[in-house]
Amino acid sequence: MTVKLMQGNDAVGWGALAAGCRFYAGYPITPSTEVAEMLSRELPKVGGKFIQMEDEIASLAACIGASVGGLKSMTATSGPGFSLMQEHIGYAAMTEVPCVVVNVQRLGPSTGQPTSASQGDVMQARWGTHGDHPIIALCPTSVSQSFDLTVKAFNFSEKYRTPVILLLDEVIGHMREKFDMPDFDAIERVDRIATDVPPEWYKPYGDSLSDVPPMANFGDGYRYHITGLFHDPHGYPTQRLDEIDPWIKRVHRKIERNLHDIVLYEEDWDPTNKTVVVSYGASARSARHAVKLARQHRLKVGEITLLTIWPFAEEVIARMARTARRIIVPEMNLGQLALEVERVAGRSKVVRVNRANGEMVTPQEILDAIEGS
Amino acid sequence: MAQHEEHTAYEYLRPSKKFPNVWCSGCGIGVVMSALIRAIDNIGLEKDNVALVSGIGCTGRMPVYMDFNTMHTTHGRALAFATGLKIARPELKVITIMGDGDALAIGGNHFIHSARRNIGITAIVVNNNIYGMTGGQYSPTTPIGGRATTAPYGNIEPPMPICELAQAAGASYVARSTVYHAAELERYIEQAIRKDGFGLVEAVSYCHTGYGRLNKLGTAVDMMRALKETSMAQAAAQKLAPEERENKIVRGVLHDVERVEYTARYQQLIDQVQQSIGGR
Ligand SMILES: Cc1ncc(C[n+]2csc(CCOP(=O)(O)OP(=O)(O)O)c2C)c(N)n1
Ligand code: SF4
Repeated sequence: MTVKLMQGNDAVGWGALAAGCRFYAGYPITPSTEVAEMLSRELPKVGGKFIQMEDEIASLAACIGASVGGLKSMTATSGPGFSLMQEHIGYAAMTEVPCVVVNVQRLGPSTGQPTSASQGDVMQARWGTHGDHPIIALCPTSVSQSFDLTVKAFNFSEKYRTPVILLLDEVIGHMREKFDMPDFDAIERVDRIATDVPPEWYKPYGDSLSDVPPMANFGDGYRYHITGLFHDPHGYPTQRLDEIDPWIKRVHRKIERNLHDIVLYEEDWDPTNKTVVVSYGASARSARHAVKLARQHRLKVGEITLLTIWPFAEEVIARMARTARRIIVPEMNLGQLALEVERVAGRSKVVRVNRANGEMVTPQEILDAIEGS
Repeated sequence: MAQHEEHTAYEYLRPSKKFPNVWCSGCGIGVVMSALIRAIDNIGLEKDNVALVSGIGCTGRMPVYMDFNTMHTTHGRALAFATGLKIARPELKVITIMGDGDALAIGGNHFIHSARRNIGITAIVVNNNIYGMTGGQYSPTTPIGGRATTAPYGNIEPPMPICELAQAAGASYVARSTVYHAAELERYIEQAIRKDGFGLVEAVSYCHTGYGRLNKLGTAVDMMRALKETSMAQAAAQKLAPEERENKIVRGVLHDVERVEYTARYQQLIDQVQQSIGGR
């Protein structure tokens, strides 16, 4: 297709359309509003539906309702709206309804600084809703990756029947870059596993080999019950330990056994690199530049860019930490994903480079950390 | 007659699966459930084409017992979930079932905006003047002076007029009845479901366990009888002076107009847009 100058938020909208998104519900908030604006324009063209709801709680609720009706659904928001959505992220996890939640992070807490960038919602994306639950969160580092990871987000949500969070930041959302939009027909699209059993045999939360039960849509002749209460294989509320326990184990297992598919990252390091920079989102752009400069100074520095931040990329970080002595983690927060790197690699190896004032971590700051010690 | 009643209920219930129900014996919620079942049966809807969406509360537990597409959502948000479902599947009859706290306190915003959009959803609000499930705290419809576990000295907040609110916000059908008047309730629910746009039915009920006990209102039977005595048909109520009407529950179809329904309007928008870009 055509090469265009495009911002990350628009690329998210196009990625959603390419993935087959046919429903969007949202509430305007800087710096995510462009996603809503472009989809309000584009969705009707392909027979899709757009609605501006009365708040973010309603927005995610409507997405889940539409997904139960069979439409791939998405909402987009930022800090304050993401906080409001937490209850329904948990509901989607509990009921195993696919949906995509985009959070274009801005500086917080509270109203904070709407037009300033941040990576302050990393832990909220993981633990924002109450209770133990699995979650997938993806973090693009460029405009074209915003497109690609939006497609991935939909595919993961359908394949694993789970909410997926796409965590942009204001830099990526508003940055314009050259983008070569792929042909939509060439894009791999995953749909939820449909059921082929007769309705009276259907169990919406039954056991299955993949740990992801097939999903029937409301209106397709499979009448069943959905609830945010713990439920048995039929979807009916249960208080029985022998039904609650297998459920909580299965929903975690369905993600954990597929880490090879879900955990995406880019790596450019080898065991001789004593220093490795681990980054994600907009910070990865500074990191990349810093690593380039360091290598020009003949420093042997490796680099890992996490595209999936949840579940955390334990395997590659542990492997790298066996040989690396210093691991530099730049973030636009006061140290969130660094906590995970420290958990896996050991605290003594990790050097944090942080900024939580709305500005990006600069390549120079990362370079200083690489050269320092 | 008795046999017919039994037959109707059984066809629409999930008897083997989820009974006995969670409600206190004598609770009015069951009356609303049977009125809803009869209304659906009267219209002759296919079970596959009906979706029941509820929030959280004693009332919110209703859908699980019924053999439709059923969804028990979060406290206050039934209408928001139902909005997405209705937009995705306009051919479904989407019915939400909410308590008064569910629909008007935590869910008040969704209530107003669903009515404003005139989206084709039937909203049934079971108004028992209290938070039943959490044990009797005051709700937006608790009468002034009424006692609740969080209003030990009597409630000082004026109650929310559910029907008037829905009408003002834009609902196309608004009716009120009580669980004492089960046949009338059934008729109103049926009319609301038949309506294309947003239809609201306020089913005035009681909670003898929570509100009744705290206010010494007697047994479920006493409270049921009170509904008979304190309610009156709209025509009769209109003949009374406003001050005489004050403590009465006015029953009737309070509002019934034709307005374009939201999902139909959105389909027109899609058709227009697709036509203007030359169809795809
Ligand atoms: C977000 C949230 N807040 C509070 C609750 C606790 N809660 C459960 S039911 C309920 C009130 C129920 O009252 P009502 O909606 O009037 O329904 P009823 O039980 O009387 O039928 C409350 C406050 C909850 N489940 N979720
Ligand atoms: S607590 Fe009240 S509303 Fe709830 S089931 Fe009992 S009587 Fe009904």
